[in-house]
Order: sequence, then C-alpha cells, then structure tokens
Amino acid sequence: MLMNLQRIKMYLTMVTNALLRRKLRMFIALLAVAIGATIISGMITVYKEVPEQMGREFRAYGANLLLLPAGGSTTIQEEKLQSVYQKLQGHEIVGSAPFLYERLKINESPILVGGTDFDMVKKVSPYWQINGAMPSGSGKELLLGYELAEKFQVKPGERIILALGDGSWESPFTVSGIVRTGGKEEQFAYMDLKQMQEIVSKPGVISMAQVSVVASAAELDAFTRQMAAEEPSIHPQTVKQIASSEQTVLGKLQALVLLVTVVVLLLTLVCVGTTMTEVVSERRREIGLKKALGADNRNIAAEFFGESCMLGLLGGILGTVCGYLFAQAVGTNVFGRSLQVSVPIAVMSVVLSIAVTAIATMLPVRTAVKVEPAIVMRGE
Amino acid sequence: MSLLKLTDVAMVYGGRVTALEHVNLTVEKGDWLAIMGPSGSGKTTLMNIIGCMDKHTAGQVVLDGIDLNEVTKNELTQIRRDKIGMVFQQFHLIPYLTAVENLMVAQYYHSIPDRKEAMAALERVGLADRADHLPSELSGGEQQRVCIARALINYPVLILADEPTGNLDEKNEKLVMDLFRELNREGHTIITVTHSDKVGQAAKRIVIIEHGHLRDA
Ligand SMILES: Nc1ncnc2c1ncn2[C@@H]1O[C@H](COP(=O)(O)OP(=O)(O)O)[C@@H](O)[C@H]1O
Ligand SMILES: [Mg+2]
Repeated sequence: MLMNLQRIKMYLTMVTNALLRRKLRMFIALLAVAIGATIISGMITVYKEVPEQMGREFRAYGANLLLLPAGGSTTIQEEKLQSVYQKLQGHEIVGSAPFLYERLKINESPILVGGTDFDMVKKVSPYWQINGAMPSGSGKELLLGYELAEKFQVKPGERIILALGDGSWESPFTVSGIVRTGGKEEQFAYMDLKQMQEIVSKPGVISMAQVSVVASAAELDAFTRQMAAEEPSIHPQTVKQIASSEQTVLGKLQALVLLVTVVVLLLTLVCVGTTMTEVVSERRREIGLKKALGADNRNIAAEFFGESCMLGLLGGILGTVCGYLFAQAVGTNVFGRSLQVSVPIAVMSVVLSIAVTAIATMLPVRTAVKVEPAIVMRGE
Repeated sequence: MSLLKLTDVAMVYGGRVTALEHVNLTVEKGDWLAIMGPSGSGKTTLMNIIGCMDKHTAGQVVLDGIDLNEVTKNELTQIRRDKIGMVFQQFHLIPYLTAVENLMVAQYYHSIPDRKEAMAALERVGLADRADHLPSELSGGEQQRVCIARALINYPVLILADEPTGNLDEKNEKLVMDLFRELNREGHTIITVTHSDKVGQAAKRIVIIEHGHLRDA
C-alpha cells in the first residue's frame, strides 16, 4: 500500500510537471479546452433556460389557458378559481382575467359587455392598445371596442347610456377609452367586474377566465387531465394556437443551441486532438527515453491520459466559470433576468471537458506508444 | 556462464540495410568492453540490440541466461528495465523534471520511487547539491553524471554507454571516465562505445567494428 502510494506520487509528479513546467504549449491546450467548456456550459445553461425564459416572453401574446364552465352550468363561481390556481402551482401565473359577459343595450342596439378585472387584463393581454384609459373601477366607466366606438361615433371622455335588455335599468357611463386588439374584442365593451355583477344581479359569478401561465403545451395538457378528474365543473382549454406555436419556436431554438453545442464539442475535440498530436511529436525523444528506461505502453498511455485529464479538469473548471458568466450575460441582456447556478450543469460540463480531452488524446496516444526506444540512442 | 553472448548476429534494417553481420561477442561479468569504429559502422545498432531496444534479425543473443529470440516485445521491455542501465551521448534527461525526479522516474518504471535512494545515487556522482535543479540548469557534465546515476539506480547487470563523453569537454570527460573506472572496480559490467582512443584505452578490452563486422583490436 505504502509502495503504491510512492508510485502514485511519482506518477502525479510527472503528469503535473509535464503541464506546469511546459507552460506555453499546455497553456494553449488549456485555452482550447477552456473555450470549449465555456461555450458548452454556457450553451447548456441557455438550452435549459430558454424554454423557461422564452415561455415568459411568450406570455406577452395573451392567455394560453381558458377556464370555461362545464357540467351543464353556464357560469363559474369566482371562489372556485382559487382551487384551480392551486392545481397550477409550480407554474408561474402571470395573470388571470375573469370575464362575465352579458347582453346590454346602447341606443337600443344590443351589445355584448364584459365585466372584468382591468389590472389582470393588463397582465394577461398586454397587447391591448387603449386610446384613453382603462376604467378605474371607482366611477361608472366603460371601455369600448374600436368597432363599437365607430358605430356609435363616441370618443374617450364622452358619455353614453347603457341599459338592460328589458329596460328595467339604465344609467349613463363615461367612455374611459377605446380598445384595439385586432380581434373580436373590438366588437365588445368592458366594465369593472363588480359593477357588472351588481347590474345583472349575479354576485360572485363569471362566464370564463383567461389565464396566462408559464407552462409548456404538454404541462398544460397534463393540467387539463388533472382538472377533468378533480374539478369537473370547470373545463380548462388550452389556447392551442399559442401553445403550439410557442412549442414550435422553442423546439427550433433548442435544436439550434444543441447544434451549436455539438459543433463546438467537435471543434474542441479537433483542437485538443491537434494540440496533443503536436505534444506527442514534440516529445518523441522523451517517449523514447521513457521506454528505454523501461516504460511499457501502458505507462506511456497512462501518462498522456493523465495529462489530458488534468487539462480537461482545469480547462473544464475555468471554462465552466466563464460559461456561467456568459450565460449570465445572455440572461440579463436577452431575457432581462439573471439565471441560476446549476450544479448539475457545472458538473456535467467539467465531466464533458475531461471526456472530450481524453477522447481527443486517444489518437495521439496511439502514435505515442508506437515510438521506438531505439531512437534515443540515435539522438533523433 | 557469460553475462552476454552474441552468436552470428545480424541486423538488417527494413530488409535492405545490413548494419551488422556475423557478429560474435562474449562479455563476462565484471568485464569492461570498449567498442570502437568509424561512424556508421554499426556501433549504435549493436548497443540497441544488447540493450534490448531493438531486435536482431538473425543469430542468437543470450543476456544473463535469457535467449532474446525467445521473448516477446513486452518481455523485452521488462528485461531492459531489469537488467540494463543506459547512458547516452545526448544525455537525455526529462526536461521538466528535476535531477532527483529524473532518477525517480527510472525507479518508478522499475518498481517503487525512493527519494532517499535517488539522493544517495546523486551523492555518489557528486551532485547531491543539484538534486532539485532542472536539467536546463545543469552543465553538460553534470547532466551526464545524472544520467550515470540514473543508469545505476535499478542495479542493472550491464551498463551501456554510447559515446558517453562525445559531447563533453576534457575536464568533464575525465570526471565521467573516473566514475566508470570506479564502477568497474566495484564489479559493474560496462560496455562503452567510443571513437576516442583515450576513452577506449580505459576499458579492459577493445573490439573494433567496421562495416557491421566485429574483430578484436
Ligand atoms: N533505423 C534504421 N533504419 C535503416 N538504417 C539504419 C537505421 N539505423 C541505422 N541504420 C544504418 O545502419 C548503419 C549503422 O548505423 P549505426 O549503428 O548508427 O552506426 P554508428 O553508431 O556506428 O555510427 C548505418 O549505415 C545506418 O545508416
Ligand atoms: Mg552511433
């Protein structure tokens, strides 16, 4: 045991000094490994973070989940929404806008009015363009769809009379703003949910809710199945168009990142391989000498692999640190938020660096073990 | 039994270049043989064969009771490791290891590195104070003495030295030759290759090699 320890110590002395005392060449090799590891760890971090980050970005394009009444009912009790949110826990809910739709009248013509929570609408549908302002919720204010505003020729700040269909109630409302969305919302009017529930005497009731949640299409599908089993009165429906186009874009982005990673891995392999080949040819004399001193092929191979693994380890650690900084830069500049340190990714990129350098050393080692000891005598 | 016996040995490189032919040579334990001859006559080739670095193409080589015709390449490495100590004209130290580490490498390939013993070997060639210097920090003579210490470190039965003083000045040549004399006096068997008469005369016996043929002086 003690004897083996002496041997291991000598082996490490040889391997580390081959690196430390041959600075320039090894520095170049180290740099190659470090750059590879930087890009790989950075890319893997981005690869892992892209869906999460992009998912958040995509939420600007509107709700990806609708909560609709089910089981014969045409409405949902507001208080039930809480349990739905609980089932979504683990996924960030960007916003959830409730809507209660009713038919009312302006100037004797029937229109569809939605009562909603405007703070939530801002979060769920940030793309709504408002000329004027959203209703504040305190006064009697109305947000008019662009088509309705055209039809009734009203501008923000003007007042119109809103009435129930049977004429049992009517009241003047101020048009706080006009909304353009490029969609069917332009045909509707919107007011505060509480006011709406009062007018139509349906307290605590909504027709549906639009939810914007950071989750993939697959996760939403899983959620839908869970809801069907546990909460049959509410039917969640994924907005297929949004979810699937998100998925497509993400898939392409990830494929791109993966491709770059593979290419960089190959480049690192080639680069380290070339350097190690040069190292071997530079050290033919040394290899011959070692063989003349009694080294067998296993000794020679073990020493070169030892050197390359050491390189892989050092370069890997260096590169992983740089890669993390690189990913941080991408995170803050592209997604506007910092990314988390991922221990598994760090370990993986160091291990990958070691593996790549070891693989890159295989061919040079084959050359190295072929060196004949006789060359030392010849003074080649 | 002789330590080394070559019988009708030939060496043909690549099936074309005949470097040695009909070589017969016997070396006894405790002997000191000098091989002399002009450049290109086959001296190094012969040393490589005796040193188990290369395999002869015909004839028989018996080293310390082992017929080299009967061994595999791996076994040849092992025999070289166990039985031969080598000194080269161009010193050949590992550049990134210190003097004492260079000795310990030879111990490492042989068995177990032992710093104390390596230090003792350096002491014996008068270089204990240079133990932690890199080869580039040593003079040619000092480097060659480190090589001699290394050649001795694993107690070889035969020391081979190919032009050991070829790259040394007179003063260092004397130092190195004194070392060889001392070693031989202690009972070490030595074969030196040289084309210096002075170095040759130090040996107990001289053989001449010409165009791959060996003859007594
Ligand atoms: N590896 C080799 N391949 C082919 N020819 C060689 C090789 N090594 C030596 N020779 C030839 O063998 C002959 C003897 O060479 P060598 O033993 O080096 O001579 P010396 O050491 O006496 O100068 C020379 O003609 C040389 O060119
Ligand atoms: Mg020669």
